[in-house]
Amino acid sequence: MNINLTLIGQSITFAIFVWFCYAYVWPPLVAALTERQKKIADGLAAAERGQHEQELAEKKAAEYLKDAKGQASDIINQAQKRANEIVDDAKGDARTEADRIKAGADAEIEQEINRAREHLRQEVVVLAISGAEKVLKREVDKDAHASSLNELAAQL
Amino acid sequence: MADEALTAGQYIKHHLQNMTYGQHSDGSWGLAHSAAEAKEMGFMSINVDTMFWSIFLGVLFLWIFRRAAKNATADTPSGLQNFIEMIIEFIDTSVKSAFNGRNAIVAPMALTIFVWVFLINAMDLIPVDWLPGAFAWMASTFFGADPHHVYFKVVPSTDPNATFGMALAVFMMSMYYSVKIKGVKGFAAELTMHPFSSNNKLVQLLFIPVNFMLEFVALIAKPLSLSLRLYGNMFAGEMIFILIAIMYGGGWALGIFGGFLQLGWAIFHILIITLQAYIFMTLTIVYMDLAYQVPDEH
Repeated sequence: MNINLTLIGQSITFAIFVWFCYAYVWPPLVAALTERQKKIADGLAAAERGQHEQELAEKKAAEYLKDAKGQASDIINQAQKRANEIVDDAKGDARTEADRIKAGADAEIEQEINRAREHLRQEVVVLAISGAEKVLKREVDKDAHASSLNELAAQL
Repeated sequence: MADEALTAGQYIKHHLQNMTYGQHSDGSWGLAHSAAEAKEMGFMSINVDTMFWSIFLGVLFLWIFRRAAKNATADTPSGLQNFIEMIIEFIDTSVKSAFNGRNAIVAPMALTIFVWVFLINAMDLIPVDWLPGAFAWMASTFFGADPHHVYFKVVPSTDPNATFGMALAVFMMSMYYSVKIKGVKGFAAELTMHPFSSNNKLVQLLFIPVNFMLEFVALIAKPLSLSLRLYGNMFAGEMIFILIAIMYGGGWALGIFGGFLQLGWAIFHILIITLQAYIFMTLTIVYMDLAYQVPDEH
């Protein structure tokens, strides 16, 4: 318990240890720690950047998808419109064609009527002539009276 | 008890005596063979055991840390480096939170104090008779020394020389930086212009001796309290270990009881040795911070 030279010895020893620690122990360890800290911070920043980029990409993808959907619906709308137009056109064509066919049929019917009428007229003329023959009891010369007969047929 | 021939009182005294090397009263140089002889040697003697263990532990600390420092990389740390880095980070945080100046030596000093004092204190956990007993056996077997007069203290922090030595070094550092930062005038003003001050020159002149008395006591109290705190705690802990060790001489029942007591006290002592190392370190940082603080003008 006596105070002696140990006191001075301890002070000097302590000073030497502190100096050694200051010169050779502390700096490399703290440097390593600082470097690792920086590394980790960089890594975290990179990760955050990556996440941010991913978010951006997702947003962009969503936009593209929206655009594509819009375009698709536009195309569908146009196609529908076009289909309607085609149907309308077809309807118009069909109607024209039907009219044409009807007109043709009408004309044919008219012709047929006329022919029938002509035929009837001929027959009436023949009948009339045979009737007249019977009435007159004599033969009417067809050739002699052809003009009058034709006139008669035309009046019928 | 190590030796049945010793009484309890002698046993305790034997454990509290350092191995002192110095000049005997007859003029020859050598180790003291009793407490009285050690006292006679006066200041010009040295406690060989204290010096040996503190240097041994200090070199051990620096060797381990230097090895870790050499291999330190920023990559994933391995076991030892991880542990060392944990301590470094702990010290760094303590220094950064308590020390506001700019001085690269404070953190290494805090590290040295913390680990060194911790290792020194940890010697207390080795059963009190092991190392002194082994040493006494060696000395008596190989050198023919009387084991009763071979003194060997293994815990340097139970020697006031060791704690005062460290505290003195810390004190010198804080004084040096105090003068360096504030200048001789600023340092003198710190000692004489506070806590009482007056705008009246004459009154201020009267205040100077009063202030100096107060501030000087406060200044001296710093290294004293720093070293005595560590010394007192470790001395008391060592004393309890010695008292428990005496129980081993009192029959097997008392011996077993003493064994449990020693175990319990050792476990509790782990807290004390760490805490004392931490307190010594923190106070050192605080004193260094005080050295850097320029007092606000009154």
